[in-house]
Amino acid sequence: MYGKSLRALSISTVVAMALALSLVFFYAPLEAEQGFLQKIFYVHVPLSIVALCGFVIGALLAIQHLRTRDPRWDMRSYVAIHMSLIFAVGALITGSIWAKGSWGHWWVWNEPTLVSFLIVFLLYATYQPLRFAIEDPERQARYASVFAITAGAFVPLNFIAVRLSTAYVHPRVLGSTSNLPAPMALTFVVSLLAMALLYATLCKYELTAKHTRAQVRALRRRLLGDAEEARGGRARSAAPSLPPSATIGPRTSPRTAL
Amino acid sequence: MAALEVEGLARHYGEREALRDVSLSLAEGQTLVVFGPNGAGKTTLLRVLATLLRPHAGRVSVLGSSLPDEAWAVRGRVGLLGHEPLLYRELTAQENLRFHARLHRVGEERVAQLLDAVAMGGRAREPLRTLSRGMVQRVAVARAVLHEPELLLLDEPHSNLDPAAVELVAPLIGRSSRRTRVICSHDPAGMLAEADLVLGLRAGRPALVAAAAEVDPEEIAELYR
Amino acid sequence: MRSTVAALLRKELLVELRTLESVPGMSLFAVTTFVVFHFALNRSTVEGDLGAGILWVTLLFAAILGINRLFVADAEEGGFDGFLLAPVERTAMLVAKALTLLAYLVVLELVAIPAFALLLLGPPLGHALPGLIGVLALGDLGVAVIGTLVAALAVRTRARDLLGPLLGLPLFVPIVIGGARATSPLLTGAHNAAPAARWLLTLGLYDLVFGLIAYALFDFLLED
Repeated sequence: MYGKSLRALSISTVVAMALALSLVFFYAPLEAEQGFLQKIFYVHVPLSIVALCGFVIGALLAIQHLRTRDPRWDMRSYVAIHMSLIFAVGALITGSIWAKGSWGHWWVWNEPTLVSFLIVFLLYATYQPLRFAIEDPERQARYASVFAITAGAFVPLNFIAVRLSTAYVHPRVLGSTSNLPAPMALTFVVSLLAMALLYATLCKYELTAKHTRAQVRALRRRLLGDAEEARGGRARSAAPSLPPSATIGPRTSPRTAL
Repeated sequence: MAALEVEGLARHYGEREALRDVSLSLAEGQTLVVFGPNGAGKTTLLRVLATLLRPHAGRVSVLGSSLPDEAWAVRGRVGLLGHEPLLYRELTAQENLRFHARLHRVGEERVAQLLDAVAMGGRAREPLRTLSRGMVQRVAVARAVLHEPELLLLDEPHSNLDPAAVELVAPLIGRSSRRTRVICSHDPAGMLAEADLVLGLRAGRPALVAAAAEVDPEEIAELYR
Repeated sequence: MRSTVAALLRKELLVELRTLESVPGMSLFAVTTFVVFHFALNRSTVEGDLGAGILWVTLLFAAILGINRLFVADAEEGGFDGFLLAPVERTAMLVAKALTLLAYLVVLELVAIPAFALLLLGPPLGHALPGLIGVLALGDLGVAVIGTLVAALAVRTRARDLLGPLLGLPLFVPIVIGGARATSPLLTGAHNAAPAARWLLTLGLYDLVFGLIAYALFDFLLED
């Protein structure tokens, strides 16, 4: 049965998050300048890092898709990017809250990380509209992979370019992650781990749900045959679909990982 | 050597199967005619053979090269005449054919020769958008055979052509020992005579595969019900 | 490969000369936009940062008009099929289309820069012209490559005129950063104005990386 590792993943995520939260609130010291508000750093930075890694992972999965033409890679790439986009929105919101708390403005242009994130978000926000605009599922997957790879390469270049363009007149608003005292560093690492686990678990959930739905559809098609076709089949969608052979059939072993 | 060897060809469109379990073998110089209602997969089959679509399962061997890995060896030896003329409307017949000639590394004399063969010599210098559909179809035929392909793939080739034009293009796309043909057609009466092998498709599956001599026209009509 | 690119280029320029649907529109758009900027900013002259910004934004949006039309004729009429059936290297289409877009951009700038100097730019352009040409050349290369990639992505989708710009603009941001920053000192009228090397380097690097990426990925877009 697909999704056997879900339980283990969920449990470890809950444990990690609980640990991270308790460290953030009870263990990490208050920062001198910004006080309690600074603790949002333990949410914002892990969100950012996980989102960025997610985008790059999405690009790598897309490369695999183009190399093997196996739609399951496209499914994984789609979920990775989709989830990273959500995390990126989280990063933007927490970054904005932090900026408002420290600087009094909801948005600041001289924080290069935040600005780069905005551009990256605007780019990846076109991923689903692009997919939705292509009806042929195979072409949709292929074009989406090309986009994912292009965008994945763009992310680091964009960060460099924005970094270069930001005048270092003011000290960076959101601070850097180096030179952290030990207790803060520990809290940060645990938070990062918890966020990464959360990301992995959510992705796994989504993949399982999609896979199950595809299996149900394939079974219905097999049972109902032409009647199902006549009903119009599946509506147009931005999400990738799995071909009949990938979901059910004598060859597919139950343990085939998605 | 068979010009076409297809075994268990399958191609899906998302979760739907466009082609499934198609198998046939066609010798050089012979003609395969494919019948079937709209949506049966005729055009998909043609496009797979033309190397425009990849097969998702099964073995396909065209002119000795297997697809999709050796598709590059097949291009340039296959000619496709589909629903679209594949010509630029703003350019003239001559400019269009010359463009394709350059892509296929064919000499310009051949362009002039073909324009005469389809009786388009006089209007070869007018933009295609000023020509009638029948004339555009004639130029499309010229484009399809420009590079003297060994395998001709024709999707309802006589559409938009009046009887005189049909006769005109016959030497170019008609039966010949030097070319193998696959023709998709809705016209059992007319095309059955051209066929050596008949394939009937219904919902992507082969409902009928037989030598033309053994096929009863009634079976073909059955496909459309 | 070279002969294929040549054949494609010939066809492209022939179609464009026959229809004139890209270049005149792009150029006119740029000039009109300068006029709009005059009214929107309520200024008679611009210079430095502001001038550079206006120039690059206008050029970029005019380029998008060209990008939207780049593959339309192939998608609708000639069909990519005709090209895909030929025994040629498919990346030749990327090269030919990027060169075509580059040519359009050059003609666009031949109209837009004098118009800009005439209508909006305060300081004289004379001494800065070689530097400006250099910056524009690097910027154009990037816009041409990315524009071709994005145009190919968008052309066979349902909202092609919308998706093209939406996909392209974020990807163009680093080019705008490099281009505008490099151009800014050139529009101050100073006699020894020169673009800063770091921006030229940024542009060049960006062009190179995306050139390689486009080269690697383009074939996948052409298949059916």
